This record gives sequence, C-alpha cells and structure tokens, in this order.
Amino acid sequence: MMSFISYLVNGISLGSIYALIALGYTMVYGIAKMLNFAHGDIIMVGGFTVFTAMSTEWCPVWLSVVIGIIVCTLLGVIVEKVAYKPLRNASPLAVLITAIGVSYLLQNVALIIFGSASQSFTSVVKNVAPVTIGGVTISMETIISIVVSVIIMICLTFFINKTKAGKAMLAVSEDKGAAQLMGINVNSTISLTFAIGSALAGVASVLLCSSYPQISPYTGSMPGIKAFVAAVFGGIGSIPGAMIGGILLGVIENLSKAYISSQLSDAIVFLVLIVVLIVKPTGIMGKNINEKV
Amino acid sequence: MKKTTKNNIVTCGIVLVFFIICSILSSAGILGSKLSGLLIPIGIYIILSVSLNLTVGILGELSLGHAGFMCVGAYVGGVFSILVQDTVTSPIVRIILAIIIGGIAAAIFGFLIGIPVLRLRGDYLAIVTLGFGEIIKSIANNIYITKDINGVHFSFAAPVADIDAASAVDIFKGAQGIKAPQDTTLLLVVIVLMISLIVIMNLVDSKTGRACMAIRDNYIAAQSVGINVTKYRLVAFVISAAIAGVAGVLYSHSLAVLAPKKFDYNFSILILVFVVLGGLGSMRGSVIATVVLYALPEIFRELGDYRMLIYAIVLIVMMLFNNAPYFISIRERIAALPFFQKLKPKKKAVGGESK
Repeated sequence: MMSFISYLVNGISLGSIYALIALGYTMVYGIAKMLNFAHGDIIMVGGFTVFTAMSTEWCPVWLSVVIGIIVCTLLGVIVEKVAYKPLRNASPLAVLITAIGVSYLLQNVALIIFGSASQSFTSVVKNVAPVTIGGVTISMETIISIVVSVIIMICLTFFINKTKAGKAMLAVSEDKGAAQLMGINVNSTISLTFAIGSALAGVASVLLCSSYPQISPYTGSMPGIKAFVAAVFGGIGSIPGAMIGGILLGVIENLSKAYISSQLSDAIVFLVLIVVLIVKPTGIMGKNINEKV
Repeated sequence: MKKTTKNNIVTCGIVLVFFIICSILSSAGILGSKLSGLLIPIGIYIILSVSLNLTVGILGELSLGHAGFMCVGAYVGGVFSILVQDTVTSPIVRIILAIIIGGIAAAIFGFLIGIPVLRLRGDYLAIVTLGFGEIIKSIANNIYITKDINGVHFSFAAPVADIDAASAVDIFKGAQGIKAPQDTTLLLVVIVLMISLIVIMNLVDSKTGRACMAIRDNYIAAQSVGINVTKYRLVAFVISAAIAGVAGVLYSHSLAVLAPKKFDYNFSILILVFVVLGGLGSMRGSVIATVVLYALPEIFRELGDYRMLIYAIVLIVMMLFNNAPYFISIRERIAALPFFQKLKPKKKAVGGESK
C-alpha cells in the first residue's frame, strides 16, 4: 500500500510536468490551429540554458531558473514570428512540416554546442532532504513539481478567465475574424500565447531535468510527444483538459511501469489514449463540433 | 493516349533512367562505393514515400505511424527468411516469399488498425497513428524468438527460458532485433519500386482513387453522393500499409542487423517530410524529393554535425518559400518580369488571368 502511494505521488509529479508542457501545446493549438512540434525542443533549450547558467560560478540557482524561463519565452516568440507567422493562412500540413524543421534546427544547434552525449544536470533543490509523510518518502523534486504546477495552473486559469488579455485569447481561439472585428489585436494575442506556452515549457524543463537529472539534445522530444498525447487525451484546445490529461498520463505511466512492465509503459500509455479516443473521439474534455454542410 | 497515362509513364521512366544511370556510374567506379551503397536505401525510401503519399496526399489523412507498418513487414519477412534459410536456399525465391508474407502481415495490421483509426479525423487521427506506431515498436522491442533442436520457441518481455543451449540460435533478440540474410539486390528493389509505383498510380486513376480524392476534398459531399466512405478509406489505408510492409521486408534484408529502435516516430516524420516537400498527391514529386533529401545529407557527410543543421534550415526556408503568401507574391512578381514572360510557352501568355 505504501509503495502504491509513493508510485501514485511520483506519477502525479511526472504528470504535472506533462500537464505544464501540454498546456503550451493546447493553448497554441487552440489559438493558431497548429501542432507545434518544436515545443518539446524548447524544453531542451530551457534545460541547457539553466544547466549552463548554473555551471558558472557567480550565478545563483534562482537566477539561472529565471534566465532559463526568459530564454524559453523569447525563443518561443521569435520562432513564432520567423517561422509560423508567415504561414498563418497556409495549409496546416505546411505549418506542421515547418514546425518539424524548427525542431530539427533546435536539436542540431544544441548538438553542435553541447555534443550528443547526455550530461548530468544538478537538481535545483539538491541539498534539501526528502520528506517522509506517514511512512511514504517523497523527494523534494516531486513536491516542488506538484506545488509549482498547481500554482501555475491556478494562475493560468485566473489569467485566462479574468483578465482582458486572457479573454482576448479565448476570443481569438473561438473565432479569429470576429475577434479582429471587436478590436482585438490577433497578432499580438498569438505572440502572447506562444510566450506563455514557452514560459511554461521553461518551467517544465527545470522540473523535468531536476527530477530526471540528465540532459541531451534529444531530452525534449519524448516528453514533448507524451505531452502532446496528454493534450489530445484531455481534448486538444481545452485548458482544463490538458491539465487532467497530463496528470492522468503521468499516473498511468508510473503505475504501469511499477506493476506491469517498465519496457511496455510507453505502449500502455498510447493504448489507453487510443481506447479513450475511440470511445470519445474528441478527448475527455473536448467539445463536439458538428460539421455543417 | 490519356494524359494521366502519359504522366505515369514519364514518372516510371524518370525512376528507371535514374537507377540505370546510377548503376552504370557505380559499376564504372565513378560514383564511389559510399554513394553506390545509397542506391538500395533510396529505392526503399521511395517505395515508402509513395505509399505514404497515398494516405496523406490522396486520402488526405495525416499518418504519423507509417514506420509501424514498415516494422511489421520488416520483422515478419525477416523472421520468415531466417526460419526457412536452410530449406529454401535460393535467395531470390526466399525474398520473394518473404515480401509476399511481410506485405500480407502489414496489410492485416493496416486493416486491424484502420478500422478504429479511420473513425477519427484530422489531428486526432494523426496522434492515434503515432500511438500505434509506437506500440508496434515497443512490442517488437520485447519479442524473443529462439530456435533449437526441439523447434522454435517464442517468448514475450524476457529471453526464452529452458532451451537446449547447445543448438540454440537466436532469431529475434528483443531490442537487438534480427539478423536477416542479406538477400536484397538493387535489381529487386527497382522492380518492386516500379510495381508499387504502377499499382499506386493506377489506383489513383481508378474508381477507388477518385472516391478517395472526393472524400479528401469534401467528406460530406462525398457521402451524400453515395460513396461508401469507410470502405474506400480503408482500402487505400490497407494498400498503403501493405506497400510499406514490402519496403520493410526489403529494408530488413538489406541490413546486417535491424533493431526495433529504428522504427520510431522520427522515421515516420522523415518520410512525411519527403512526401510534403515533394507535393501532396504527386507521386513524381515524392520520388524526386526522396532522392534529393535522402542523398543530400549523405553527400555532405564531411560537414559532420552541421549537415543536419543545414538540412533543417533548408527545410524551413523551402516551406516558407513555397507556402507563405508573402513569398508567393514575390515569386509571382518575378515571374511577371518581361524576361521570364519571354521564356514561357506561347499559349500561357494568351490564356486567361492567372490566379
């Protein structure tokens, strides 16, 4: 029973990291109707930035984390301006391939700078002892991941539903043309979405690299795909869906790793996704859109 | 002669001439051993990209799990070849049997996966095909087949227990994959390539192909004129899977060792890039894009890590240049210059407005 609880807590922790990444996917999809395949690689860039900043003598841990998040945010906005904005009205497939191109680009730049071998990442909370609650030992990384994710999700929900900029994002994702007629600046709203999504990826990169203390140019791709799955799982375009999808995915992955087979855990995750989509084709929280003739 | 027939003959001709010239050059020693070694993989990749083009270009559904079908074909065909290695000694007979069996196995998988997958549409379909591809890879990673004097043993997730150690031969070793006999020859690849090209191009021109394109262009309109949407989508999907399986058989028989790790989603995406850059629905485009994009990074191997960087930049720039409205308008303005107008064939100048 104790081990079950500890697997569950670790699963929630991993899941909340997935949820943060999935939020970026789902917000960008909701607003720009594109699958941002480069999102996973922004995590990797964030990880390397924090890694580099922390390896310098003078930079304290908190500052490295802030630098990492700022770099991710800027990178997200720049990528949007340079690669995606010119293709705003092109076919979705063209945008998808461009996103894949950006993903290759980021990976290979990292490969040239840092080499292909994975390097060990020092956890941002390395000197804090694990906490024992009722016989279950939980590492500090796990607690921080969960707490930070919950805080971010609450803030994000508040931001989107209560502030002007957040409501503008909802309006643009609902109907771009009508939003423009209401005086919303669509371009800056999309940039803002990319900025927030990438900042979340930056936070996720710190949490991910602290929990699994390794980093290589390919670090981002598998969590990126998993988070993408989580976003679809919860209903792509839906923000609460991404949160629920991410956490469920993390729990399923960790429990199947513990109780079924560690090699097959990825297959089980995808199998659950497929079953969910076949039963409910738009994901858990997705809206059913009837096609009109 | 019909225009489409003429077009198809030209496409087949381009492929044939390309391979004939390359094999002459390589036998004359001009091409060098490194580039001659690329011919078989290029042929296999062309088969893959034309088969994916059937799903993505003609059927209009984004599939990110094409490598999964290739994986099924590669391993079913490969295991078959290893098992019959002693009874069927002629390599050509062996690989033809392997191709048939691998193709059928991939088609069965395509059918089983297609039934649930084709209920979905758009991005959901894409992610489910990605999921199936990853599942197939994970399962292949856990298969262990060993042969000894008592027969063939099969085990899942762990190496085969209680075998006769003296006579044991590993056929499929989980994450290490298989060592199929190297039966693939360039001639065979070219023949299979021509057959698959002809099959796909005829399919596109047939009733099935037209039905698929109608479904792609307008799902509801196609349904309302009485096209059996599920049937035609499934037919195209299964044929695409079967041809990918055949390519897989050729692939596993051209490599010394083939590990399941190879068939991850990056592989599917690589093929998708070939298809999209070649032009959706254009088989000739797929062929040309595959040759160029596969050969370029190999030719520039001396550049080391920079070659993939250049590849990525070229990919982004090409996509922007081809699809961004801004660049399209620049291109049209350049094409409208008097110098380029002179180069154009006469009848276009007389013709109506351009778009």
